[in-house]
Amino acid sequence: MITVGLIFLLPLYVLVNQSLKAPSDLSDPLAPVTKPTLVNYSDAWQEGDLGHALLTSALVTICSVLVLVIISALAAYPLARSTRRWSSITFYAFMIGLLLPFQLALVPLYVTMRDLHLLGTPWSLVLFYSGHLAPFSIFLYSGFLRAQSIEYEEAAAVDGAGTWQTFWRVVFPLLRPVTGTVIILNVLNIWNDFFTPLLYLSGSPNTTVPVALYSFVGEFVSRWNLVFAGLVISIAPILLIYFLMQRTIIKGFSSGLKG
Amino acid sequence: MMRSSDGIVRMVTLEARTLVPRDSAVPGKRRALRRAPFYFVIPAAALYAFVVLWPSIQGVGFAFTDWNGLDPHKTFVGLKEFTKVFQDAQALSALGHSLLLALGITVSQNVIGLLLALGVNSRIKTRNVLRVFLFAPAVITPVAAAFLWQYMLNPSGIVNEIFRLVGLKDFQPSWMGDPNLVLLSIGVIVVWEYSGYSMVIYLAGLQGINQEVIEASYVDGAGAFRRFWSIVRPELAPAITINVMLAVIASLKLFDQVQVTTGGGPGYASETLSTIIYKNIFQFSQFGYGVALAVVLTVCVTIVSVAQYRVLGRQNKGD
Repeated sequence: MITVGLIFLLPLYVLVNQSLKAPSDLSDPLAPVTKPTLVNYSDAWQEGDLGHALLTSALVTICSVLVLVIISALAAYPLARSTRRWSSITFYAFMIGLLLPFQLALVPLYVTMRDLHLLGTPWSLVLFYSGHLAPFSIFLYSGFLRAQSIEYEEAAAVDGAGTWQTFWRVVFPLLRPVTGTVIILNVLNIWNDFFTPLLYLSGSPNTTVPVALYSFVGEFVSRWNLVFAGLVISIAPILLIYFLMQRTIIKGFSSGLKG
Repeated sequence: MMRSSDGIVRMVTLEARTLVPRDSAVPGKRRALRRAPFYFVIPAAALYAFVVLWPSIQGVGFAFTDWNGLDPHKTFVGLKEFTKVFQDAQALSALGHSLLLALGITVSQNVIGLLLALGVNSRIKTRNVLRVFLFAPAVITPVAAAFLWQYMLNPSGIVNEIFRLVGLKDFQPSWMGDPNLVLLSIGVIVVWEYSGYSMVIYLAGLQGINQEVIEASYVDGAGAFRRFWSIVRPELAPAITINVMLAVIASLKLFDQVQVTTGGGPGYASETLSTIIYKNIFQFSQFGYGVALAVVLTVCVTIVSVAQYRVLGRQNKGD
Protein backbone atom coordinates (compact mmCIF):
# COMPACT_ATOMS: atom_id res chain seq x y z
CA MET A 1 0.00 0.00 0.00
CA ILE A 2 2.89 2.29 0.70
CA THR A 3 4.04 1.57 -2.83
CA VAL A 4 0.73 2.82 -4.12
CA GLY A 5 1.15 5.99 -2.10
CA LEU A 6 4.61 6.51 -3.50
CA ILE A 7 3.46 5.90 -7.06
CA PHE A 8 0.77 8.49 -6.49
CA LEU A 9 3.33 11.01 -5.41
CA LEU A 10 5.63 10.27 -8.34
CA PRO A 11 4.68 13.51 -10.10
CA LEU A 12 5.64 15.50 -7.02
CA TYR A 13 8.94 13.65 -6.83
CA VAL A 14 9.63 14.57 -10.45
CA LEU A 15 8.69 18.17 -9.70
CA VAL A 16 11.12 18.63 -6.85
CA ASN A 17 13.79 16.48 -8.45
CA GLN A 18 13.86 18.47 -11.65
CA SER A 19 13.76 21.80 -9.90
CA LEU A 20 16.98 20.99 -8.11
CA LYS A 21 18.89 20.21 -11.31
CA ALA A 22 21.02 22.90 -12.91
CA PRO A 23 19.73 24.23 -16.24
CA SER A 24 22.53 22.46 -18.04
CA ASP A 25 21.67 19.12 -16.45
CA LEU A 26 19.72 17.20 -19.05
CA SER A 27 19.57 13.91 -17.20
CA ASP A 28 16.51 11.75 -17.27
CA PRO A 29 13.69 13.22 -15.19
CA LEU A 30 13.26 10.02 -13.26
CA ALA A 31 16.91 9.86 -12.29
CA PRO A 32 17.59 11.46 -8.92
CA VAL A 33 19.58 14.66 -8.97
CA THR A 34 23.29 14.15 -8.39
CA LYS A 35 24.37 17.72 -7.85
CA PRO A 36 21.46 19.59 -6.35
CA THR A 37 21.47 23.33 -6.79
CA LEU A 38 19.19 26.14 -5.80
CA VAL A 39 19.98 28.35 -8.76
CA ASN A 40 16.59 27.66 -10.33
CA TYR A 41 14.87 28.88 -7.23
CA SER A 42 16.66 32.19 -7.09
CA ASP A 43 16.12 32.69 -10.82
CA ALA A 44 12.46 31.83 -10.58
CA TRP A 45 11.97 34.14 -7.66
CA GLN A 46 13.51 37.06 -9.46
CA GLU A 47 12.32 36.55 -12.99
CA GLY A 48 8.82 35.46 -12.12
CA ASP A 49 8.25 38.16 -9.56
CA LEU A 50 6.73 35.40 -7.49
CA GLY A 51 7.42 37.23 -4.28
CA HIS A 52 4.94 39.90 -5.28
CA ALA A 53 2.34 37.30 -6.19
CA LEU A 54 2.81 35.50 -2.89
CA LEU A 55 2.28 38.74 -1.02
CA THR A 56 -0.82 39.62 -3.00
CA SER A 57 -2.27 36.14 -2.55
CA ALA A 58 -1.56 36.33 1.15
CA LEU A 59 -3.13 39.77 1.43
CA VAL A 60 -6.27 38.74 -0.42
CA THR A 61 -6.57 35.47 1.46
CA ILE A 62 -6.06 36.92 4.92
CA CYS A 63 -8.40 39.87 4.40
CA SER A 64 -11.10 37.77 2.78
CA VAL A 65 -10.99 35.08 5.43
CA LEU A 66 -11.08 37.68 8.19
CA VAL A 67 -14.16 39.30 6.72
CA LEU A 68 -15.78 35.94 6.04
CA VAL A 69 -15.31 34.64 9.54
CA ILE A 70 -16.76 37.75 11.10
CA ILE A 71 -19.76 38.29 8.87
CA SER A 72 -20.62 34.60 8.66
CA ALA A 73 -20.48 33.99 12.38
CA LEU A 74 -22.53 37.13 12.96
CA ALA A 75 -25.11 36.16 10.38
CA ALA A 76 -25.31 32.56 11.54
CA TYR A 77 -26.23 33.59 15.06
CA PRO A 78 -29.75 34.85 14.43
CA LEU A 79 -30.25 32.33 11.64
CA ALA A 80 -29.52 29.49 14.00
CA ARG A 81 -31.40 30.82 16.99
CA SER A 82 -34.35 32.75 15.73
CA THR A 83 -37.55 30.97 14.84
CA ARG A 84 -39.22 33.88 13.14
CA ARG A 85 -40.11 33.60 9.51
CA TRP A 86 -37.62 36.16 8.24
CA SER A 87 -34.93 33.95 9.64
CA SER A 88 -35.75 30.90 7.57
CA ILE A 89 -36.37 32.95 4.45
CA THR A 90 -32.99 34.62 4.80
CA PHE A 91 -31.33 31.28 5.37
CA TYR A 92 -32.77 29.81 2.19
CA ALA A 93 -31.82 32.95 0.30
CA PHE A 94 -28.22 32.36 1.34
CA MET A 95 -28.37 28.70 0.40
CA ILE A 96 -29.53 29.55 -3.11
CA GLY A 97 -26.12 31.12 -3.56
CA LEU A 98 -24.57 27.68 -3.28
CA LEU A 99 -26.55 26.37 -6.22
CA LEU A 100 -25.82 29.22 -8.61
CA PRO A 101 -22.71 28.78 -10.77
CA PHE A 102 -20.59 31.88 -10.66
CA GLN A 103 -20.77 32.30 -14.43
CA LEU A 104 -24.24 33.79 -14.12
CA ALA A 105 -23.09 36.75 -12.09
CA LEU A 106 -19.77 36.91 -13.92
CA VAL A 107 -20.38 39.62 -16.48
CA PRO A 108 -22.58 41.98 -14.46
CA LEU A 109 -20.23 41.81 -11.51
CA TYR A 110 -17.24 42.45 -13.75
CA VAL A 111 -18.94 45.53 -15.11
CA THR A 112 -19.77 46.72 -11.61
CA MET A 113 -16.19 46.27 -10.51
CA ARG A 114 -15.04 48.18 -13.55
CA ASP A 115 -17.40 51.04 -12.83
CA LEU A 116 -16.26 51.17 -9.22
CA HIS A 117 -12.63 51.35 -10.40
CA LEU A 118 -11.83 48.28 -8.37
CA LEU A 119 -10.52 46.22 -11.27
CA GLY A 120 -6.83 45.57 -11.00
CA THR A 121 -6.77 45.99 -7.24
CA PRO A 122 -6.74 43.16 -4.70
CA TRP A 123 -9.85 44.66 -3.07
CA SER A 124 -12.02 43.53 -5.94
CA LEU A 125 -11.06 39.99 -4.98
CA VAL A 126 -11.66 40.53 -1.28
CA LEU A 127 -15.09 41.90 -2.09
CA PHE A 128 -15.84 38.99 -4.41
CA TYR A 129 -14.76 36.25 -2.03
CA SER A 130 -16.52 37.83 0.95
CA GLY A 131 -19.82 37.78 -0.87
CA HIS A 132 -19.34 34.58 -2.79
CA LEU A 133 -18.07 32.32 -0.02
CA ALA A 134 -20.32 33.69 2.71
CA PRO A 135 -23.18 31.22 2.17
CA PHE A 136 -21.03 28.19 2.74
CA SER A 137 -19.41 29.62 5.85
CA ILE A 138 -22.80 30.63 7.18
CA PHE A 139 -23.99 27.12 6.50
CA LEU A 140 -21.14 25.64 8.52
CA TYR A 141 -21.58 28.05 11.41
CA SER A 142 -25.34 27.81 11.69
CA GLY A 143 -25.28 24.04 11.47
CA PHE A 144 -22.86 23.85 14.33
CA LEU A 145 -24.53 26.52 16.40
CA ARG A 146 -27.92 24.95 16.00
CA ALA A 147 -26.65 21.88 17.78
CA GLN A 148 -25.16 23.82 20.67
CA SER A 149 -27.01 24.18 23.91
CA ILE A 150 -28.55 27.55 24.52
CA GLU A 151 -27.77 27.55 28.20
CA TYR A 152 -24.59 29.56 27.98
CA GLU A 153 -26.37 32.35 26.23
CA GLU A 154 -29.22 32.27 28.71
CA ALA A 155 -26.77 32.39 31.58
CA ALA A 156 -25.13 35.41 30.03
CA ALA A 157 -28.50 37.06 29.63
CA VAL A 158 -29.32 36.42 33.27
CA ASP A 159 -26.00 38.00 34.20
CA GLY A 160 -27.12 41.09 32.34
CA ALA A 161 -24.92 40.79 29.27
CA GLY A 162 -25.96 42.86 26.28
CA THR A 163 -26.37 41.42 22.78
CA TRP A 164 -22.88 42.19 21.56
CA GLN A 165 -21.30 40.93 24.72
CA THR A 166 -23.26 37.72 24.61
CA PHE A 167 -22.11 37.17 21.10
CA TRP A 168 -18.43 37.96 21.43
CA ARG A 169 -17.84 36.56 24.90
CA VAL A 170 -20.05 33.51 24.78
CA VAL A 171 -21.13 32.48 21.31
CA PHE A 172 -18.04 33.20 19.26
CA PRO A 173 -15.65 31.25 21.50
CA LEU A 174 -18.09 28.33 21.32
CA LEU A 175 -17.70 28.39 17.57
CA ARG A 176 -13.96 27.84 17.67
CA PRO A 177 -13.96 24.30 16.19
CA VAL A 178 -16.03 25.40 13.22
CA THR A 179 -13.99 28.56 12.81
CA GLY A 180 -10.99 26.33 12.23
CA THR A 181 -12.77 24.47 9.45
CA VAL A 182 -14.15 27.68 7.97
CA ILE A 183 -10.73 29.28 7.90
CA ILE A 184 -8.99 26.31 6.33
CA LEU A 185 -11.55 25.58 3.66
CA ASN A 186 -11.72 29.23 2.67
CA VAL A 187 -7.95 29.65 2.65
CA LEU A 188 -7.64 26.70 0.29
CA ASN A 189 -10.40 27.89 -2.00
CA ILE A 190 -9.17 31.48 -2.15
CA TRP A 191 -5.46 30.74 -2.48
CA ASN A 192 -5.98 28.19 -5.26
CA ASP A 193 -8.55 30.18 -7.20
CA PHE A 194 -7.45 30.90 -10.74
CA PHE A 195 -10.32 32.25 -12.79
CA THR A 196 -11.50 35.26 -10.79
CA PRO A 197 -8.04 36.75 -10.21
CA LEU A 198 -7.29 36.12 -13.88
CA LEU A 199 -10.33 38.18 -14.74
CA TYR A 200 -10.07 40.99 -12.26
CA LEU A 201 -6.34 41.51 -12.17
CA SER A 202 -5.22 40.95 -15.73
CA GLY A 203 -3.41 43.89 -17.22
CA SER A 204 -2.46 45.23 -13.82
CA PRO A 205 0.78 44.81 -11.89
CA ASN A 206 -1.07 42.88 -9.20
CA THR A 207 -1.40 39.16 -9.49
CA THR A 208 -2.04 36.11 -7.34
CA VAL A 209 -0.04 32.92 -7.24
CA PRO A 210 -2.07 30.77 -9.66
CA VAL A 211 -2.23 33.54 -12.24
CA ALA A 212 1.46 34.39 -11.85
CA LEU A 213 2.19 30.72 -12.40
CA TYR A 214 0.21 30.80 -15.62
CA SER A 215 2.21 33.73 -17.01
CA PHE A 216 5.45 32.35 -15.66
CA VAL A 217 5.05 29.02 -17.38
CA GLY A 218 3.95 30.72 -20.56
CA GLU A 219 7.03 32.88 -20.57
CA PHE A 220 9.64 30.23 -19.74
CA VAL A 221 7.98 27.32 -21.42
CA SER A 222 11.07 25.43 -22.47
CA ARG A 223 13.12 25.98 -19.37
CA TRP A 224 11.45 23.29 -17.38
CA ASN A 225 13.83 23.18 -14.46
CA LEU A 226 13.24 26.86 -13.93
CA VAL A 227 9.50 26.41 -14.33
CA PHE A 228 9.48 23.63 -11.79
CA ALA A 229 11.30 25.72 -9.26
CA GLY A 230 8.61 28.31 -9.76
CA LEU A 231 5.93 25.66 -9.30
CA VAL A 232 7.53 24.47 -6.08
CA ILE A 233 7.71 28.00 -4.72
CA SER A 234 4.05 28.46 -5.55
CA ILE A 235 2.76 25.32 -3.94
CA ALA A 236 5.13 25.34 -0.97
CA PRO A 237 3.07 27.66 1.27
CA ILE A 238 -0.09 25.64 0.81
CA LEU A 239 1.67 22.30 1.22
CA LEU A 240 3.34 23.58 4.35
CA ILE A 241 0.04 24.61 5.87
CA TYR A 242 -1.42 21.31 4.75
CA PHE A 243 1.20 19.14 6.41
CA LEU A 244 1.00 21.13 9.59
CA MET A 245 -2.76 21.03 9.82
CA GLN A 246 -3.72 17.98 7.82
CA ARG A 247 -5.83 16.41 10.46
CA THR A 248 -8.11 19.43 10.70
CA ILE A 249 -8.17 19.90 6.96
CA ILE A 250 -9.15 16.35 6.20
CA LYS A 251 -11.69 16.42 8.96
CA GLY A 252 -13.11 19.60 7.50
CA PHE A 253 -13.48 18.07 4.06
CA SER A 254 -15.07 14.88 5.27
CA SER A 255 -17.33 16.55 7.78
CA GLY A 256 -19.81 16.99 4.98
CA LEU A 257 -20.54 13.32 5.32
CA LYS A 258 -22.02 13.78 8.76
CA GLY A 259 -23.43 17.20 7.91
CA MET B 1 -11.16 25.69 -9.34
CA MET B 2 -12.45 22.84 -7.34
CA ARG B 3 -15.08 24.11 -5.02
CA SER B 4 -15.08 21.06 -2.95
CA SER B 5 -17.59 22.54 -0.65
CA ASP B 6 -20.22 23.09 -3.30
CA GLY B 7 -21.42 19.56 -3.75
CA ILE B 8 -21.56 18.66 -0.07
CA VAL B 9 -23.73 21.64 0.57
CA ARG B 10 -25.91 21.22 -2.45
CA MET B 11 -26.94 17.83 -1.24
CA VAL B 12 -27.38 18.80 2.35
CA THR B 13 -29.13 22.03 1.42
CA LEU B 14 -31.97 20.03 0.04
CA GLU B 15 -32.48 18.82 3.56
CA ALA B 16 -31.85 22.26 5.00
CA ARG B 17 -35.24 22.33 6.59
CA THR B 18 -33.77 20.43 9.50
CA LEU B 19 -31.34 23.26 10.13
CA VAL B 20 -33.94 25.95 10.58
CA PRO B 21 -35.06 26.09 14.19
CA ARG B 22 -38.59 25.28 15.15
CA ASP B 23 -40.26 26.92 18.11
CA SER B 24 -41.24 23.67 19.74
CA ALA B 25 -37.64 22.49 19.81
CA VAL B 26 -36.13 23.95 22.95
CA PRO B 27 -37.82 25.61 25.89
CA GLY B 28 -36.44 28.99 26.83
CA LYS B 29 -35.79 29.89 23.24
CA ARG B 30 -37.68 33.13 23.54
CA ARG B 31 -35.10 34.75 25.73
CA ALA B 32 -32.32 33.95 23.29
CA LEU B 33 -34.43 35.40 20.50
CA ARG B 34 -33.89 38.86 21.86
CA ARG B 35 -30.17 38.23 21.95
CA ALA B 36 -29.99 37.31 18.27
CA PRO B 37 -31.07 40.44 16.52
CA PHE B 38 -31.86 40.81 12.87
CA TYR B 39 -29.14 43.31 12.10
CA PHE B 40 -26.43 40.71 12.63
CA VAL B 41 -27.15 39.31 9.19
CA ILE B 42 -26.93 42.65 7.45
CA PRO B 43 -23.19 42.71 6.64
CA ALA B 44 -23.26 39.20 5.17
CA ALA B 45 -26.57 39.75 3.41
CA ALA B 46 -25.41 43.04 1.90
CA LEU B 47 -22.18 41.61 0.52
CA TYR B 48 -23.94 38.50 -0.70
CA ALA B 49 -26.71 40.40 -2.45
CA PHE B 50 -24.20 42.76 -4.02
CA VAL B 51 -21.81 40.07 -5.21
CA VAL B 52 -24.07 37.12 -5.95
CA LEU B 53 -27.81 37.75 -6.02
CA TRP B 54 -28.15 41.03 -7.88
CA PRO B 55 -25.49 40.28 -10.54
CA SER B 56 -26.98 36.82 -11.12
CA ILE B 57 -30.39 38.33 -11.75
CA GLN B 58 -28.82 40.89 -14.05
CA GLY B 59 -26.95 38.07 -15.75
CA VAL B 60 -30.06 36.19 -16.58
CA GLY B 61 -31.37 39.43 -18.02
CA PHE B 62 -28.36 39.89 -20.31
CA ALA B 63 -28.94 36.48 -21.78
CA PHE B 64 -31.95 37.93 -23.55
CA THR B 65 -29.93 40.64 -25.31
CA ASP B 66 -27.20 40.69 -27.91
CA TRP B 67 -24.93 42.97 -25.95
CA ASN B 68 -21.28 43.04 -26.91
CA GLY B 69 -20.06 44.59 -23.69
CA LEU B 70 -18.78 47.85 -25.11
CA ASP B 71 -21.66 49.46 -26.90
CA PRO B 72 -24.01 50.96 -24.30
CA HIS B 73 -26.99 49.93 -26.40
CA LYS B 74 -28.47 46.55 -25.70
CA THR B 75 -31.21 45.20 -27.86
CA PHE B 76 -33.72 42.86 -26.41
CA VAL B 77 -33.75 39.83 -28.66
CA GLY B 78 -35.81 37.42 -26.71
CA LEU B 79 -34.67 33.87 -26.93
CA LYS B 80 -32.40 34.42 -29.92
CA GLU B 81 -29.22 33.95 -27.88
CA PHE B 82 -30.55 30.70 -26.48
CA THR B 83 -31.41 29.31 -29.89
CA LYS B 84 -27.92 30.27 -31.00
CA VAL B 85 -26.59 27.91 -28.37
CA PHE B 86 -28.24 24.97 -30.03
CA GLN B 87 -26.98 25.97 -33.46
CA ASP B 88 -23.41 26.55 -32.37
CA ALA B 89 -21.43 23.42 -33.16
CA GLN B 90 -18.60 24.37 -30.85
CA ALA B 91 -20.89 25.05 -27.92
CA LEU B 92 -22.68 21.78 -28.45
CA SER B 93 -19.45 19.84 -28.65
CA ALA B 94 -18.23 21.64 -25.53
CA LEU B 95 -21.40 20.50 -23.80
CA GLY B 96 -20.67 16.96 -24.96
CA HIS B 97 -17.10 17.20 -23.69
CA SER B 98 -18.25 18.42 -20.30
CA LEU B 99 -20.73 15.57 -19.98
CA LEU B 100 -18.15 13.04 -21.11
CA LEU B 101 -15.58 14.38 -18.67
CA ALA B 102 -18.15 14.36 -15.89
CA LEU B 103 -18.94 10.72 -16.55
CA GLY B 104 -15.36 9.56 -16.92
CA ILE B 105 -13.94 11.52 -14.03
CA THR B 106 -16.74 10.62 -11.64
CA VAL B 107 -16.50 6.90 -12.30
CA SER B 108 -12.70 6.71 -12.26
CA GLN B 109 -12.24 8.97 -9.29
CA ASN B 110 -14.76 7.09 -7.22
CA VAL B 111 -13.54 3.64 -8.13
CA ILE B 112 -9.95 4.57 -7.42
CA GLY B 113 -10.92 6.49 -4.32
CA LEU B 114 -12.88 3.54 -2.99
CA LEU B 115 -10.08 1.09 -3.69
CA LEU B 116 -7.62 3.42 -2.00
CA ALA B 117 -9.92 3.77 0.98
CA LEU B 118 -10.30 0.00 1.32
CA GLY B 119 -6.54 -0.37 1.10
CA VAL B 120 -5.75 2.37 3.58
CA ASN B 121 -8.45 1.26 5.99
CA SER B 122 -6.86 -2.16 6.33
CA ARG B 123 -3.43 -0.80 7.21
CA ILE B 124 -3.76 0.39 10.72
CA LYS B 125 -0.18 1.41 11.34
CA THR B 126 0.46 3.44 8.24
CA ARG B 127 -3.07 4.73 7.83
CA ASN B 128 -2.42 8.36 8.74
CA VAL B 129 0.73 8.69 6.67
CA LEU B 130 -0.96 7.14 3.66
CA ARG B 131 -3.95 9.39 4.07
CA VAL B 132 -1.78 12.49 4.12
CA PHE B 133 0.19 11.43 1.06
CA LEU B 134 -2.80 10.45 -1.02
CA PHE B 135 -4.78 13.57 -0.15
CA ALA B 136 -1.90 15.96 -0.84
CA PRO B 137 -2.57 16.40 -4.58
CA ALA B 138 -5.97 17.84 -3.72
CA VAL B 139 -4.57 20.88 -1.96
CA ILE B 140 -2.13 21.87 -4.70
CA THR B 141 -3.26 24.66 -6.95
CA PRO B 142 -4.99 23.01 -9.90
CA VAL B 143 -2.97 25.24 -12.21
CA ALA B 144 0.28 23.82 -10.86
CA ALA B 145 -0.97 20.25 -11.08
CA ALA B 146 -2.08 20.82 -14.65
CA PHE B 147 1.32 22.20 -15.72
CA LEU B 148 3.13 19.36 -14.01
CA TRP B 149 1.09 16.77 -15.83
CA GLN B 150 1.38 18.60 -19.12
CA TYR B 151 5.13 18.19 -18.75
CA MET B 152 4.83 14.52 -17.95
CA LEU B 153 2.39 13.84 -20.77
CA ASN B 154 4.61 15.46 -23.38
CA PRO B 155 5.31 13.01 -26.23
CA SER B 156 8.92 12.84 -25.11
CA GLY B 157 8.02 13.06 -21.45
CA ILE B 158 7.98 10.75 -18.50
CA VAL B 159 4.76 8.87 -19.15
CA ASN B 160 5.91 7.78 -22.58
CA GLU B 161 9.33 7.05 -21.15
CA ILE B 162 7.79 4.64 -18.70
CA PHE B 163 6.04 2.89 -21.54
CA ARG B 164 9.42 2.58 -23.26
CA LEU B 165 10.96 1.18 -20.13
CA VAL B 166 8.37 -1.57 -19.79
CA GLY B 167 8.90 -2.61 -23.37
CA LEU B 168 6.04 -0.84 -25.15
CA LYS B 169 8.45 1.10 -27.33
CA ASP B 170 5.96 1.94 -30.02
CA PHE B 171 3.21 3.14 -27.75
CA GLN B 172 4.17 6.80 -27.65
CA PRO B 173 1.01 8.80 -28.16
CA SER B 174 0.79 12.55 -28.10
CA TRP B 175 -1.38 12.73 -25.04
CA MET B 176 -2.37 16.35 -25.18
CA GLY B 177 -1.86 17.00 -28.86
CA ASP B 178 -4.10 14.28 -30.19
CA PRO B 179 -7.73 15.44 -30.32
CA ASN B 180 -8.86 11.91 -29.50
CA LEU B 181 -6.72 11.64 -26.40
CA VAL B 182 -6.79 15.13 -24.97
CA LEU B 183 -9.98 14.67 -22.94
CA LEU B 184 -8.58 11.46 -21.50
CA SER B 185 -5.41 13.28 -20.50
CA ILE B 186 -7.33 16.02 -18.78
CA GLY B 187 -9.39 13.39 -17.03
CA VAL B 188 -6.22 11.75 -15.76
CA ILE B 189 -5.00 15.03 -14.30
CA VAL B 190 -8.23 15.64 -12.43
CA VAL B 191 -8.53 12.07 -11.19
CA TRP B 192 -4.96 12.20 -9.89
CA GLU B 193 -5.75 15.38 -8.01
CA TYR B 194 -8.98 14.32 -6.40
CA SER B 195 -8.94 10.56 -5.91
CA GLY B 196 -7.45 11.20 -2.51
CA TYR B 197 -10.36 13.46 -1.76
CA SER B 198 -12.89 10.77 -2.63
CA MET B 199 -10.80 8.35 -0.64
CA VAL B 200 -11.06 10.49 2.46
CA ILE B 201 -14.82 10.60 2.29
CA TYR B 202 -15.00 6.84 1.77
CA LEU B 203 -12.62 6.33 4.67
CA ALA B 204 -14.90 8.33 6.91
CA GLY B 205 -17.76 6.13 5.78
CA LEU B 206 -15.82 2.93 6.27
CA GLN B 207 -14.84 3.87 9.77
CA GLY B 208 -18.49 4.22 10.66
CA ILE B 209 -19.25 0.60 9.90
CA ASN B 210 -20.11 -1.56 12.84
CA GLN B 211 -17.16 -3.88 13.38
CA GLU B 212 -19.25 -6.61 14.96
CA VAL B 213 -21.18 -7.16 11.78
CA ILE B 214 -17.90 -7.51 9.90
CA GLU B 215 -16.57 -10.01 12.42
CA ALA B 216 -19.77 -12.00 12.32
CA SER B 217 -19.40 -12.28 8.58
CA TYR B 218 -15.95 -13.81 9.03
CA VAL B 219 -17.46 -16.40 11.36
CA ASP B 220 -20.17 -17.14 8.84
CA GLY B 221 -17.47 -17.82 6.25
CA ALA B 222 -18.31 -14.97 3.90
CA GLY B 223 -15.72 -14.23 1.21
CA ALA B 224 -14.18 -10.79 0.77
CA PHE B 225 -16.33 -9.84 -2.17
CA ARG B 226 -19.53 -10.99 -0.50
CA ARG B 227 -18.61 -9.06 2.59
CA PHE B 228 -18.04 -5.95 0.58
CA TRP B 229 -21.18 -6.22 -1.47
CA SER B 230 -23.68 -7.08 1.24
CA ILE B 231 -22.34 -5.27 4.28
CA VAL B 232 -19.93 -2.54 3.32
CA ARG B 233 -21.60 -1.20 0.21
CA PRO B 234 -24.98 -0.36 1.75
CA GLU B 235 -23.22 1.38 4.65
CA LEU B 236 -21.27 3.45 2.17
CA ALA B 237 -24.38 4.68 0.40
CA PRO B 238 -24.22 8.24 1.85
CA ALA B 239 -20.52 8.46 1.04
CA ILE B 240 -21.19 7.29 -2.50
CA THR B 241 -23.95 9.85 -2.90
CA ILE B 242 -21.82 12.73 -1.72
CA ASN B 243 -18.78 11.69 -3.71
CA VAL B 244 -20.69 11.22 -6.93
CA MET B 245 -22.46 14.55 -6.60
CA LEU B 246 -19.27 16.41 -5.80
CA ALA B 247 -17.41 14.84 -8.70
CA VAL B 248 -20.14 15.40 -11.26
CA ILE B 249 -20.74 19.02 -10.35
CA ALA B 250 -17.08 19.92 -10.16
CA SER B 251 -16.21 18.22 -13.43
CA LEU B 252 -19.14 19.83 -15.24
CA LYS B 253 -17.71 23.21 -14.22
CA LEU B 254 -14.08 22.28 -14.92
CA PHE B 255 -12.08 25.28 -16.07
CA ASP B 256 -8.59 25.80 -14.64
CA GLN B 257 -6.89 22.62 -15.80
CA VAL B 258 -8.28 22.86 -19.30
CA GLN B 259 -7.61 26.55 -19.81
CA VAL B 260 -3.98 26.52 -18.74
CA THR B 261 -2.94 23.42 -20.66
CA THR B 262 -4.86 23.23 -23.89
CA GLY B 263 -7.00 26.35 -23.81
CA GLY B 264 -9.72 24.23 -25.34
CA GLY B 265 -7.51 22.83 -28.08
CA PRO B 266 -6.21 21.28 -30.16
CA GLY B 267 -8.76 23.05 -32.30
CA TYR B 268 -11.86 22.77 -30.16
CA ALA B 269 -11.26 19.21 -29.03
CA SER B 270 -11.08 19.92 -25.34
CA GLU B 271 -13.48 22.82 -24.93
CA THR B 272 -15.66 22.52 -21.90
CA LEU B 273 -18.70 24.59 -21.03
CA SER B 274 -16.65 26.84 -18.78
CA THR B 275 -13.91 27.45 -21.34
CA ILE B 276 -16.35 28.16 -24.15
CA ILE B 277 -18.18 30.64 -21.92
CA TYR B 278 -14.88 32.31 -21.16
CA LYS B 279 -13.98 32.48 -24.86
CA ASN B 280 -17.27 33.97 -25.87
CA ILE B 281 -17.25 36.63 -23.22
CA PHE B 282 -13.62 37.67 -23.20
CA GLN B 283 -12.27 36.83 -26.60
CA PHE B 284 -15.24 37.18 -28.87
CA SER B 285 -16.92 39.92 -26.85
CA GLN B 286 -20.25 38.17 -27.16
CA PHE B 287 -21.57 39.07 -23.74
CA GLY B 288 -25.20 38.24 -24.36
CA TYR B 289 -24.36 34.90 -25.90
CA GLY B 290 -21.79 34.09 -23.24
CA VAL B 291 -24.29 34.61 -20.48
CA ALA B 292 -26.90 32.57 -22.34
CA LEU B 293 -24.34 29.76 -22.33
CA ALA B 294 -23.84 30.32 -18.63
CA VAL B 295 -27.56 29.96 -18.07
CA VAL B 296 -27.46 26.68 -19.98
CA LEU B 297 -24.63 25.56 -17.72
CA THR B 298 -26.66 26.50 -14.66
CA VAL B 299 -29.62 24.54 -15.92
CA CYS B 300 -27.43 21.51 -16.66
CA VAL B 301 -25.82 21.54 -13.26
CA THR B 302 -29.15 21.96 -11.51
CA ILE B 303 -30.84 19.20 -13.47
CA VAL B 304 -27.97 16.83 -12.86
CA SER B 305 -27.79 17.68 -9.16
CA VAL B 306 -31.48 17.25 -8.55
CA ALA B 307 -31.68 14.06 -10.62
CA GLN B 308 -28.73 12.58 -8.83
CA TYR B 309 -30.04 13.48 -5.44
CA ARG B 310 -33.35 11.86 -6.26
CA VAL B 311 -31.78 8.66 -7.54
CA LEU B 312 -29.08 8.24 -4.95
CA GLY B 313 -31.08 9.72 -2.10
CA ARG B 314 -33.76 7.14 -2.66
CA GLN B 315 -31.16 4.46 -2.32
CA ASN B 316 -30.22 5.81 1.07
CA LYS B 317 -33.76 5.90 2.36
CA GLY B 318 -34.23 2.32 1.24
CA ASP B 319 -31.94 1.15 4.04
